[in-house]
Formats: sequence, C-alpha cells, structure tokens
Amino acid sequence: MTSTVSMTVNGKQVSAECEGRTLLVQYLREKLALTGTHVGCDTSQCGACVVHVDGISVKSCTLLAHQAEGADVVTIEGLADGDTLHPMQEAFRENHALQCGFCTPGMVMSAIDMVNRHDTLDEKTVRHQLEGNLCRCTGYHNIVKAILAAHPVMKGAA
Amino acid sequence: MYDFNYRKASSVGDAVSAVTGAEDGRFLAGGMTIIPTIKQRLAKPSDLVDLAGIDGLAGISVSGGVVEIGGMARHAEVNASAAVADAIPALAQLAGGIGDPQVRNRGTIGGSIANNDPAADYPAAVVGLGATVHTNRREIAGDAFFTGMFETALEDGELVTKVSFPVPSKAAYMKFPNPASRYAIVGVFVAATAGGPRVAVTGAGPCVFRVAEMEQALGGSFAPEAVADIKIGDGDLNSDIHASAEYRAHLVTVMAKRAVARANG
Ligand SMILES: Cc1cc2nc3c(=O)[nH]c(=O)nc-3n(C[C@H](O)[C@H](O)[C@H](O)COP(=O)(O)OP(=O)(O)OC[C@H]3O[C@@H](n4cnc5c(N)ncnc54)[C@H](O)[C@@H]3O)c2cc1C
Ligand code: FES
Ligand code: FES
Repeated sequence: MTSTVSMTVNGKQVSAECEGRTLLVQYLREKLALTGTHVGCDTSQCGACVVHVDGISVKSCTLLAHQAEGADVVTIEGLADGDTLHPMQEAFRENHALQCGFCTPGMVMSAIDMVNRHDTLDEKTVRHQLEGNLCRCTGYHNIVKAILAAHPVMKGAA
Repeated sequence: MYDFNYRKASSVGDAVSAVTGAEDGRFLAGGMTIIPTIKQRLAKPSDLVDLAGIDGLAGISVSGGVVEIGGMARHAEVNASAAVADAIPALAQLAGGIGDPQVRNRGTIGGSIANNDPAADYPAAVVGLGATVHTNRREIAGDAFFTGMFETALEDGELVTKVSFPVPSKAAYMKFPNPASRYAIVGVFVAATAGGPRVAVTGAGPCVFRVAEMEQALGGSFAPEAVADIKIGDGDLNSDIHASAEYRAHLVTVMAKRAVARANG
C-alpha cells in the first residue's frame, strides 16, 4: 500500500509516494536523489546515514519515511551556503578529517548536533558522543580535532 | 523488509484498537529495535501503529518521592532531565549509556522494557528500584514484569503508558558494555530503597534477576566489601562469542562491588 509522504528537506517542501516500509534514507536517496546521505551498514550501527529531523540527529536507515511526515529534515546537502562551507565542513577539510569520505556526511551531521547540544566540549566527550559513527579510514583522531576546532566557530557565529 | 501498513495513532485508545484490530499489529515507538528486527525478517507485522503522535505519553515528572517517566520518553530526554538527575542520578546516567546518541534520540523506555532484550539496561533499573509499570489496563510491579527472554507480563494490545520509580536513598548502575553495540555484557543496578537493598543484574542471564544473597549482605553493611566475595553460579547464565557464562558470573561480582562503591559516592 502506498501513500503520499510530505516533509521539508533542506528548506524545500517535498512529497513522494511511499510504502509503509520505505525508509527515510530511501526517500532521500531514491525519491529525492539526495545521495549525500550514505548507507554503510543498514543495521543501525555505522552512522553513515545520519541526518537531522527537527534539529535532532537520527539514523535515517532506522526511521520510516512516514515517521518523518511533516518534519523539517536537513541532510549534508543542506549545510553549505553556496560556495561557503558550513564551519563543520570547513573544519573537516582543514583538519584532514576524511580519507575515503564514505562516513563523512554522517560524521558531519552527528558532529553538528553534538556541538548544538554542548556549551563546552573536550576530547573525551567528543569521543563518547561519536559512538554512533564508524570510520574505517581515519582512526578518528582528526575527526575529533575537527569537531573541537569547529565548536568555538559555530558557537561564536551563533 | 516485508511491507506493512503504517498508521499514526491519535490516542492510547486509538493505538490499542488499531493494534488489536489488525491481523498482526505492533506498536511502533522509537523503532530502534522493531525496524532492525523487521529488516532481518525476524518479525513480519501486518501493521505498525506509531505512538509518536499521542499527547501526554512522553512526559517526565518528579513529585512526592517518585520519578514518573512516560512510555514514549526518549533515552536522551531521560539522560538530559535535570529533575531525574537530581532525584535518581543513576537513572539519568543509565539512560545516557544506552547505545549511542542517535539510538538515544529515538529509543524509548516503553519500547525498551516491552522488548525485554536480555542485555538491555532499563530492566535493571525497573527491578533494581522496585518500579511500577503502568499500562492502559493496570499497574504491574517491576518484579513481576520481566518474565523471560524477550518475554514480559504484557498482554496483546497492552500499552506501557508510564513507569514510576520510587526515589531511593542511594543507587548506582555499572555496566560492562559490549564495545561494539554498548549493550550490557553484564550490568548491575544497586539501590538502598525504603524496602531494603536491591541488586538487579542484566546482560548476564536470559532475563534480569535479583541476587538475594547480595541484598542480604548489603542489609548488614552497604559497602563494596559486603558483596566482594559473593559469587553467583554460572549454570543459568548466557554464553556467547562476547563472554562465557563463567566470565559473566565473575563480572556480576565485580560490577556489583563497583556499583555499591559508586552509590556511596
Ligand atoms: C545500535 C543500537 C545499540 C543499542 N544499544 C543498547 C544498549 O546499550 N542498551 C539498551 O538497553 N538498548 C540498546 N538498544 C536498544 C534501544 O534501547 C531501543 O531503543 C529499545 O530497545 C527499543 O525501544 P524503541 O522505543 O526503539 O522501541 P521499538 O523498536 O519501537 O519497539 C520495540 C518493541 O516494543 C513494543 N513497544 C514499543 N513501545 C511500547 C509501549 N509503550 N507499550 C507496549 N509495547 C511497546 C513494540 O511493539 C516492539 O515490539 C540499542 C539499539 C541499537 C539499534
Ligand atoms: S546505514 Fe544507518 S547506521 Fe549504518
Ligand atoms: S573516511 Fe573512510 S570511512 Fe571514514
């Protein structure tokens, strides 16, 4: 059985026909062609699929599109302002926080939520808060550095 | 994943009639267990009835020495609640140690206890604090709620509306997490309650259980030394690639000791 699911994605109002079982990540990638959000595991472990739903980071492989009906969704494609990268994206670039880049969209979305929810951050907290995101390349060190570097920039800009 | 009908319920009554009226209806809370289960084809419900739109199911309140947590309260909300952290810090801390931030942003207490995974954290708090589970039909004592591996006292169409935790004089939860999933290989919740000390163990066996010998010893002296030499038998414990039954039995004593030390601050 299909029915229409509507939501706001990166500021735009969108709708698409979905089955009950259609996942939010399928909605984004297959219906909207927003392929920046990745599927790494499809078993809720790796965090490559993290997006924001009403300002909160979620694993879009473990959320039905129907559950996001009417929600405000932001994906990695919604962060940059034209050619100007979001401060978190810029910090990842400057700190060499990616190698193959597969985990990066989810890492960046989790990292932004983490900064939004923490007035202060230290290395230990960042590592604990990154438990939902796996990276097979970097060893995490530069990702942690990037998040710590982006924190004051994001807080200062707010 | 097989297809199913999705429905968003507007009230508890609506959710219950949608589930009982369907061929094989199930409630959908955070989806952090049921969606992976359906993906693995371990469940094939005909209908998922979403509880997220029901008013009043997600509240958290503290009054009269009782912490009440709505069935739809997310782990992240319990973890971040200043009122919970003030009344039962061990409960806020337990919620903050479940899975990872994205799991905590979606997963709920109602879903967690209804599912009763042998390695889940909340069952240890429900039993360890002598909580009461409230449903659309009745109140169920925490001690009677968890009946076996993935089994609870809930009947078909029975919905967890809230859980009430009496505030103990002190409590702590220590878990030895699986490094990949963060589920408990062994988790021990200890509390000094009005009815005496309680020790509840999750992760070690097929279902959460209390350790009477430790509770008795803590009644004499609420100190880590009191439980340090109490070993539990490994006959009924879980054994898997993560830990043998013998190792789990050992961890129960270690985690109990640490939990008592932590409860004493
Ligand atoms: C990667 C990962 C790591 C995890 N790590 C941990 C961990 O460390 N510790 C831990 O304890 N858990 C862990 N979990 C499980 C997590 O806590 C789940 O959120 C929880 O077990 C289920 O809650 P839910 O709200 O997502 O329920 P759902 O998946 O929506 O539902 C689970 C079951 O409960 C039923 N149900 C839901 N709500 C109610 C209700 N109010 N009344 C009656 N029945 C209801 C549903 O019908 C379904 O059968 C992890 C999950 C994942 C994906
Ligand atoms: S694809 Fe969603 S957590 Fe891995
Ligand atoms: S950069 Fe390759 S997985 Fe993280």
